[in-house]
Amino acid sequence: MSTGVTKSINLNGPAGTLPASAAKAHGFVAPPKVRKPLHLGWLVMTIYLTFLLLPIYWLVNMSFKTNVEITNTFSLWPNNPTLRNYTVIFTDPSWYNGYINSITYVVMNTVISIAVALPAAYAFSRYRFLGDKHLFFWLLTNRMAPPAVFALPFFQLYSAFGLIDTHLAVALAHCLFNVPLAVWILEGFMSGVPREIDETAYIDGYSFPRFFVKIFMPLIASGIGVAAFFCFMFSWVELLIARTLTTTAAKPIAAIMTRTVSASGLDWGVLAAAGVLTIIPGALVIWFVRNYIAKGFALGRV
Amino acid sequence: MDKPINQKAWFLVLPVLLLVAFSAVIPLMTVVNYSVQDTFGNNEFFWAGTAWFEEMLRSPRFHQALARNLIFSAIILVIQIPLGIVVALSMPRKGVGVSICLVLMALPLLIPWNVVGTIWQVFGRVDIGLLGHTLEALGIDYNYVRDPLDAWFTIIIMDVWHWTSLVALLCYAGLVSIPEAYYQAARIDGASRWAVFRYIQLPKMNRVLLIAVLLRFMDSFMIYTEPFVVTGGGPGNSTTVLSIDLVKLAVGQFDLGPAAAMSIIYFLIVLLLSWVFYTVMTNYERGGQ
Amino acid sequence: MARIDLRNLAHAYGPNPQGPSGYALKPLNHTWEDGGAYALLGPSGCGKTTLLNIISGLITPSHGQVVFDGVDVTSMPTEARNIAQVFQFPVIYDTMTVYDNLAFPLRNRRVPEPAVDARVREIATMLEMTDVLDKRARGLTADAKQKISLGRGLVRSDVAAILFDEPLTVIDPQLKWQLRSQLKQLHKKSGYTMVYVTHDQTEALTFADKVVVMLEGEVVQMGTPAELFERPAHTFVGYFIGSPGMNVFAADVDGTVATVDGTPIRLPRAYGKAQADRKVELGIRPEFVRVARGEGLPVTIRKVEDVGSYKIARLTFGNREIAAVAPEGTEFPADGAGAIFDPAHLNVYVDGHLVDGAPAREA
Repeated sequence: MSTGVTKSINLNGPAGTLPASAAKAHGFVAPPKVRKPLHLGWLVMTIYLTFLLLPIYWLVNMSFKTNVEITNTFSLWPNNPTLRNYTVIFTDPSWYNGYINSITYVVMNTVISIAVALPAAYAFSRYRFLGDKHLFFWLLTNRMAPPAVFALPFFQLYSAFGLIDTHLAVALAHCLFNVPLAVWILEGFMSGVPREIDETAYIDGYSFPRFFVKIFMPLIASGIGVAAFFCFMFSWVELLIARTLTTTAAKPIAAIMTRTVSASGLDWGVLAAAGVLTIIPGALVIWFVRNYIAKGFALGRV
Repeated sequence: MDKPINQKAWFLVLPVLLLVAFSAVIPLMTVVNYSVQDTFGNNEFFWAGTAWFEEMLRSPRFHQALARNLIFSAIILVIQIPLGIVVALSMPRKGVGVSICLVLMALPLLIPWNVVGTIWQVFGRVDIGLLGHTLEALGIDYNYVRDPLDAWFTIIIMDVWHWTSLVALLCYAGLVSIPEAYYQAARIDGASRWAVFRYIQLPKMNRVLLIAVLLRFMDSFMIYTEPFVVTGGGPGNSTTVLSIDLVKLAVGQFDLGPAAAMSIIYFLIVLLLSWVFYTVMTNYERGGQ
Repeated sequence: MARIDLRNLAHAYGPNPQGPSGYALKPLNHTWEDGGAYALLGPSGCGKTTLLNIISGLITPSHGQVVFDGVDVTSMPTEARNIAQVFQFPVIYDTMTVYDNLAFPLRNRRVPEPAVDARVREIATMLEMTDVLDKRARGLTADAKQKISLGRGLVRSDVAAILFDEPLTVIDPQLKWQLRSQLKQLHKKSGYTMVYVTHDQTEALTFADKVVVMLEGEVVQMGTPAELFERPAHTFVGYFIGSPGMNVFAADVDGTVATVDGTPIRLPRAYGKAQADRKVELGIRPEFVRVARGEGLPVTIRKVEDVGSYKIARLTFGNREIAAVAPEGTEFPADGAGAIFDPAHLNVYVDGHLVDGAPAREA
């Protein structure tokens, strides 16, 4: 790189038709400093990813150890790898029921959120109507509601409807955050579809529902994917409300995990194994949608 | 090209309205209802006016929780926003590295929040956790169960671990949308790495940064599960942020009136501060430097 | 300001180009004289932007050298070459004022502030932008933004060359014309070497002293607008430049006689008999085709287009189309029309390339 600097000085020298004296008078003698681009990026990423993965690794590490090994020896990897912790979980129905519960309400919530958000997002992206802006803003404010504020009123509301400890209760409660989010994301994708497509379809004699399902939805398929991903994500990770609204029959896996552990004393191995098992669904989902994540974020709408 | 006016669009919005009304308006009304009443039990309520609000606004306990929460959010923003930007700038732009980074970075975002708490609860323990053990081996006295400062350190590093990727992913999306010609022009103009960041990358990230700041502020201000699992609000009340305090008040002590009043104040603070952030940042974007 | 030599330059994007078609840019030798105004003209994908980026250093060529004033800069980064470039879409620094935008390249080079100020004001006057200097660059129109990106090049008095990559693409048509003539004046005033990439022949011909026409990664002709017009070195140049483009039709050429569908046409020069597998064509500009009654190639007049300042006659000869340009007010014969080719402007092409004949001995 240093050779580049000297050569560029030569370039500015006598060869140029602008007299060198004039250039000096203006002070245009300093060539741009040629910098070697800093390739510290990989270093930053390595440190950051290590930071992200270490605690997870530690959990995985513990999940393959016996309790004796966890508490008595300190080792960076299991000395006597065991599957006991996982066997405990897979032989106890209350564990895998927790999984089924979590998945059930998460999927229900995702389906409900997307189903109601689709027409609403279409309305916001295509039409003006009385109070549209206020309505949109009000929807978004719900994303700002602290879950802790809603925990108790939700409990009373769903008790009144006899929905406590059902999957539907959790699914509906999570709509509070996910519906505004889904409307927001979908509206962004829909606004990117030219309105001429709608008009052409109507001229071709499509009815609204048929147009929407046959033509419009395929066009914003990736948007639906992104919205579904975020609904899934927030519903899967939220626990305060999910735990408040369930007692046994619909209890999420993550809640069962803490309860079981506190009941059985400090069974660290099982706790770790249960933790690992709750990470896996999320990891799988990310892997399948990895190409859409950047796209969804690119819209700047989360 | 203006959007046509069509009042029938209301029918399309109706399902959302009904659903959100059911899941937001009714509970919120319950809260408002409680906040202005008092009870001696037996489901008998009587009008209490703004008494609960006055009590709450004067309560030192509330002030402390609010102060803790504000400090927590401020620290979170100060660490996560710059760190997220640095990580985004360091991410590879093409090749398999992109997918690997995206997947690994998104991983903490998809872990249930109490498991996040559990991971750090274990990780920070001196006896069995890697972090606690390492710190002890280095001769640093660290115990998040006993020492308030260590408890703060733990929940902050946990939140950084949990959420910095979100900021980074948002910024990354902003960065990849910058056309190549901008970088070429900057090279031709002899711009330094810093100038490229300051005059090209940062202005293009403005929009996503606004969203990142808003989201991180809101979520850190509402945080409950993760610190609750790790510290339970302790030691003492040192990590009792607003949500933890609220749940203690409502579910633990069953003080419905004060809890409801606090809920409303809490919600209003979130709305107000979000609005302030939004206005300040959009003005900054529109106005001067 | 510099003289730019391209020596045996070629570029392939892939590591192992398969044959000549693997090259985005086929081997070429070329010189851009100091202070000249050049245009690189060609259809999309002909390699002109690749060539431009090689000169500016954004792409390192896979073969050959780029030489500025005798110094080999092939491996030098862009910032060491003192090149300015204006891109297809305006690249400006949104958050800065117009003044700061113009000052940016100088400040990056640590030029003292008084010198920066003097130079920025000088350039702003040249660009007629003094009244918007304090405005934020973001709110300006596309043409003003393009002027700023040009100004960022002009402001550096040590700049070796200014490169333009289809700079008028996003400009409104009426402003295009205005900006084009401003650009021409700026070139005269500043005296920089300028290279202008475009696919629009009008832009190329009005801007440049010399036009380089490219096709499929190859330079097919370099010349003044007049040379390109009168003696297109390649049938493509004939098609591409001029409106309507050159008439080209297959012919048999032997000595001084070309035979088109059995009709002989006299040539001004003598040509050898071409090999049987070569494609021999005859080219003539519509401007040099005259329509007369009862003379020349028997044609039928299909239609006459009046474009205001002149007329275009669309003729058919057998199943071939011939265009002829005639001055306004020309009356075309209703029947028995013939097309007469000006022999001085009849060009013979073999496999697309112009061939020079020997001076004809017998008249």
